[in-house]
Amino acid sequence: MNGRKLIFLPLLLLPLWIALYWFLQPAADFVVGSLFGMGKEAPLTEAIRFFLFETPKVLMLLVLVVFAVGIVRTFFTPERTRAILGKHSHVTGNVLASLLGIVTPFCSCSAVPLFIGFVEVGVPLGVTFSFLIAAPMINEVAVVLLFGLFGLKTAMIYVGTGLAIAMAAGYIIGRLHLENYVQSWVYELHSVSQQTDSCPSWEGRIRSGFEAIRDIVGKVWVYLVIGIAVGAGIHGWVPQDFMASIMGKSAWWSVPLAIAIGVPLYSNAAGIIPVVQALLEKGAALGTVLAFMMSVIGLSLPETIILRKVLRLPLIFTFVGIVAAGIMVVGYLFNYIF
Amino acid sequence: MDIKILGSNCANCRTLTARVDQALKELSLNATLEKVEDIPRIISYGILATPGLVIDGKVISQGQVQTLSRLKEILLAARQGAPA
Repeated sequence: MNGRKLIFLPLLLLPLWIALYWFLQPAADFVVGSLFGMGKEAPLTEAIRFFLFETPKVLMLLVLVVFAVGIVRTFFTPERTRAILGKHSHVTGNVLASLLGIVTPFCSCSAVPLFIGFVEVGVPLGVTFSFLIAAPMINEVAVVLLFGLFGLKTAMIYVGTGLAIAMAAGYIIGRLHLENYVQSWVYELHSVSQQTDSCPSWEGRIRSGFEAIRDIVGKVWVYLVIGIAVGAGIHGWVPQDFMASIMGKSAWWSVPLAIAIGVPLYSNAAGIIPVVQALLEKGAALGTVLAFMMSVIGLSLPETIILRKVLRLPLIFTFVGIVAAGIMVVGYLFNYIF
Repeated sequence: MDIKILGSNCANCRTLTARVDQALKELSLNATLEKVEDIPRIISYGILATPGLVIDGKVISQGQVQTLSRLKEILLAARQGAPA
């Protein structure tokens, strides 16, 4: 597909998407009720109904949002973000870095060149960290899943508290003046800044949107289907309030335990969130669940190992410690409020 | 043509390398393809995101894994010395 046609394709597909989306619930009910002829209360019926409705629903939401984010990201290249952040110091810098972390394309395997590139042009260490914390933690896949499975309120809480952690942790790291714990060779590098971002046309941006769908949805759909299947199993068979004693509010140790399990666990959001949603339904507390998700998605062992190349151990521990503390505060706060 | 893929051993970098290799074969272009994994060397090209695609010393893209057909366009354009 090339030329101007591509620009109008989304306008053509959108009504189709909306029609299909509204059709999902009746379709799932029809398949479960009429075709299988199963009773209303049986666990298997509920599990199948859950799976048949949630899987296409979340996949469709994902396609739509990934497409939109794919287009938005063509406006925010890492170079442009770096140029903006180079001009701001603490507080303003931390806030901007966290927000830009959401929209700037980032993959944790790029953490090293990005870190060096930021530090090189004088972006403060704390501001760089705000970016590095927000970018993986608040990603479109996580937000879509939270919205699709938990609703708007939980998704907003996740984004809001994630941003708060990124801003605060970056600010604290900046205040601690840990520049000495960056590997010294980082400051000795000199690179020629390359201008690769010629302004893309709208056609190019829309093509990026479609490519994002293929890349991201193509990669995560398997985890998503498995996650929802496991979630459906829990939904149907695990007794109500089963999780209340393990992950409930009254268990004070549940938040640190959730984080301790979550950090070494490296799963993408697609696999973990449907499972977590089912746990919540069975009596796990929201704060504990949020803490678990944030530590799985936001603090990953592989990324920390990659950063080891540019950071010395005390700085790595400080970084992980501060972010984990932030997540812990969020966990307790929400267990307390709700 | 001298092509370099900048990036550590990550999934995106491997995919891009494989696709460029395939594109070169399908177009039967004569080129050297090198994967650069040394961080200071990667940084020296001034990129912020991996994988970086460098053709004849010029950074063509970074942080992107293009489709096979897009890569073919890029390679053909680079051979003629025109921007893709």
